[in-house]
Amino acid sequence: MTVKKRKRKLSVETSRVGDSQLRIELSGRLGVDQVDKCEADLETAVESGLPPSVLIDLSGLNYLDTSGAMVLQLFKANAPANVQVSIQGGDALFESMLTLVVPEQVLAEPINKTDRKRNFVEDLGRTARAVGQDVGNIIGFVGQITKGLFFLLRRPGSLRLGDVFYYTHAVGVEGLPIVALIGLLLGMIMAFMSSLQLKSFGADIYVATLVAVAMVRELGPIMTSILVAGRSGSAFAAEIGTMKVNEEVDALEVMGYDPTLFLAIPKVIAAVLMVPILNLFAISAAIIGGMFVGVAGLDLTPYTYINQTMASFDIGDLFTSMAKSSLFGLLIAVIGCQKGFVVGGGAAGVGKATTGAVVAALFLIIVTDSVFAIIQYYFL
Amino acid sequence: MNQELSLTIPRPGEPIIEVENLSVQFGALEVLRDVSFQIKRGEIIVVVGGSGCGKTTLLRHIIGLRKPQGGSVRITGLDVHNSSGRQMRELRRNVGMLFQSGALLGSMTLAENVMLPMEDYTRLSRREMGLVANMKLSLVGLSGFQNHLPAEISGGMKKRAGLARAMALDPLVLFFDEPSAGLDPITSAELDELIIKLNKALGTTMVIVSHELASIFSIAHRVIMLDKSVKGIIAEGDPHWLKDNSPTPLVRNFFGRHTGGDAGESAQ
Repeated sequence: MTVKKRKRKLSVETSRVGDSQLRIELSGRLGVDQVDKCEADLETAVESGLPPSVLIDLSGLNYLDTSGAMVLQLFKANAPANVQVSIQGGDALFESMLTLVVPEQVLAEPINKTDRKRNFVEDLGRTARAVGQDVGNIIGFVGQITKGLFFLLRRPGSLRLGDVFYYTHAVGVEGLPIVALIGLLLGMIMAFMSSLQLKSFGADIYVATLVAVAMVRELGPIMTSILVAGRSGSAFAAEIGTMKVNEEVDALEVMGYDPTLFLAIPKVIAAVLMVPILNLFAISAAIIGGMFVGVAGLDLTPYTYINQTMASFDIGDLFTSMAKSSLFGLLIAVIGCQKGFVVGGGAAGVGKATTGAVVAALFLIIVTDSVFAIIQYYFL
Repeated sequence: MNQELSLTIPRPGEPIIEVENLSVQFGALEVLRDVSFQIKRGEIIVVVGGSGCGKTTLLRHIIGLRKPQGGSVRITGLDVHNSSGRQMRELRRNVGMLFQSGALLGSMTLAENVMLPMEDYTRLSRREMGLVANMKLSLVGLSGFQNHLPAEISGGMKKRAGLARAMALDPLVLFFDEPSAGLDPITSAELDELIIKLNKALGTTMVIVSHELASIFSIAHRVIMLDKSVKGIIAEGDPHWLKDNSPTPLVRNFFGRHTGGDAGESAQ
C-alpha cells in the first residue's frame, strides 16, 4: 500500500511589497493542531501595522481543514475596513473549504444568553424556589397516590397484582440478605461496646435489654429504612425516570393508563408491606448477634439472654416499630416514584432524581422518626 | 508501515478500511458470516439492508466497539481489534462517529460537547476550542446554539450537534448510523449536501448506514447491501446501476422501492 505521513508543521513567512502590500506565505499543514500557531503568527505578521492590501498565499500548504480555514476567514473578517485581505493559491479544494466557513456564524452570539455564573443571592433564591416546587410536587403526588388508592377501592381489578408481587420480591426478598447481615453486625457491635461498660458494674444481663430496646424502638426501623431507601428508593426513581426520558410514561398516558396507578401504586404497596417485615428480620438478626456476644463473651446462657430480651419490650413497642417502618416504606416509595416522574434532561436528570430520592427519603425518615419519638413520649 | 508514532494514511483511491471474513454471533444467533470488503479513501459508502440484517452491528464492529467472533477489520492498516492502546488512540483521533440519537453528553452544552475531542487531542486554548466548536456547529446549521444543553433542543438538532462533534478534529473517516432518521426532508437534504462537501473538500471517507433512498442515490459512490438470509453482502456497487441491472430481484426492488419485495425478507 502506498502511504504518506501527515506533515504536522506550519510555516508562516511574511514579506512586504513596498508600503502597499503585505504578503503572507503559508506552507506545510494548517489543521486543527496548528490553529494556535497560525493565529499567533498572523498576529505577529501584522504587529507593525497593516498596509492597504494583504495577500495570504496558500501555494505551499499541503493540508487545510475547516479549523485552518476558520483562522484565515476570521483574520480576513477582523481586518480593518480600509484593508483588503485576499486569500489565494493552493489546492483547488482549499477554496471550497474556505467557503464552508462563514465568520459571522462562527462569531454569532449565543441565542440563550443566560450567564450560567450566578451569585450567592440568586442561587439562594433559586434553591428556595426549587425547594418550594419540590414540596408542592410531593404534595401533589401524594394527592395522586391517594386518588389512585380510592380508585382501587372502587375497582380492585385495576391493581396490577403481578407488579405488586414483583416489587414485593425486589424490595423484600432481595433486600433480606443485606438487611439481616447489617442487623446481625449491628447487634454484635452494640452488645460488644455496651458489655465493656456494663461488665464493670456486674450488669452483663442488661446487654440483652439494650440491644432489644434500641433495635425495636429506634435502630431497627431506621436502619431498615435507610437500606431500603438506598436499594429500592433509588431504583424506583431511576426506573421511572428512565421511562420518562424514553417517553414510555407518555405512551402509557396516551394509551389511557394512569401512570401513577400503573407504575407507582404497586411499588408503594410493596414497600409499605415489606419494610415492616424486613424490620422484624433486622431486629431478630440483631438479637441473635447480641446473643453471640453475650454467650461467647459474657458467659450468659442463650435461655437467659432470650428471657431478658423478651422482658425488655412489649407487644405495643413492636407494633409501634412495625407502624413506623410501614410509614417509612410509604415515604421511600412515594419520594422515589415522585422524583422519577419529574425527571427532565436525559441521563443527567435520571442521576439527579436518583440522588434526590435517596436524600429526600433519608431526611423525611429522620424527621418522621423525631415526630414519632415526641408522640411516644407525650402520648403513649 | 510505521505503526508506532504517527498514523500512515493511504492516498486517495487506495483502501483505508479492510474488512476480512468478519463473523459475528450473539449467542446462538449468527448475524454476519465471513463478510469481506474494502473501502477506498475518499469514498462515500452506504450500507443498506432490511431491519435486523446487521448493518449497525457491522458498523459497531468496524469502529471497534465490539470484538467479532472471527475475521479482522483494519483501518489505515491497523487492526482495530488487536492494536496497542497507543495505536488505537491515534486511530480514534482520525475517526468520527455519528450515533443514531446523537449521543451528546446531557450535562454539557453543545459547544462543550464539540470541544470534548479537542480537549483530549489538541493543545488549543479554551478560546480557540470555543471558536472551532462554534464553527463546527455553524457547519451543521446550529450557529448560536453553543450554550444550549442537549435537553433544550430537538432530536434532529441533537443529531446535527452529534455530527459537529464527530467532525471536531476533521477525521479521515466518518461513520454515520442512520443520519437521516428523524430529520425533516430539508434538513436531511442539507446534511447530505454537507456530507458531499466535506467529502470533496477534505477527502473524508464516509461510511453511512441508511434507509433513505433519496439520500442514498444523492450521496453514495457505492452501496453495500446486507441480507439476513445470507448473513452477509447480497449486492455491492453503484446504486443507480443496481436499481436497473442487479440480477437479484430483491436488490432491484429495494432500490426501485417496489412493494413486491421487502429487503428484510429472505433473498431466497
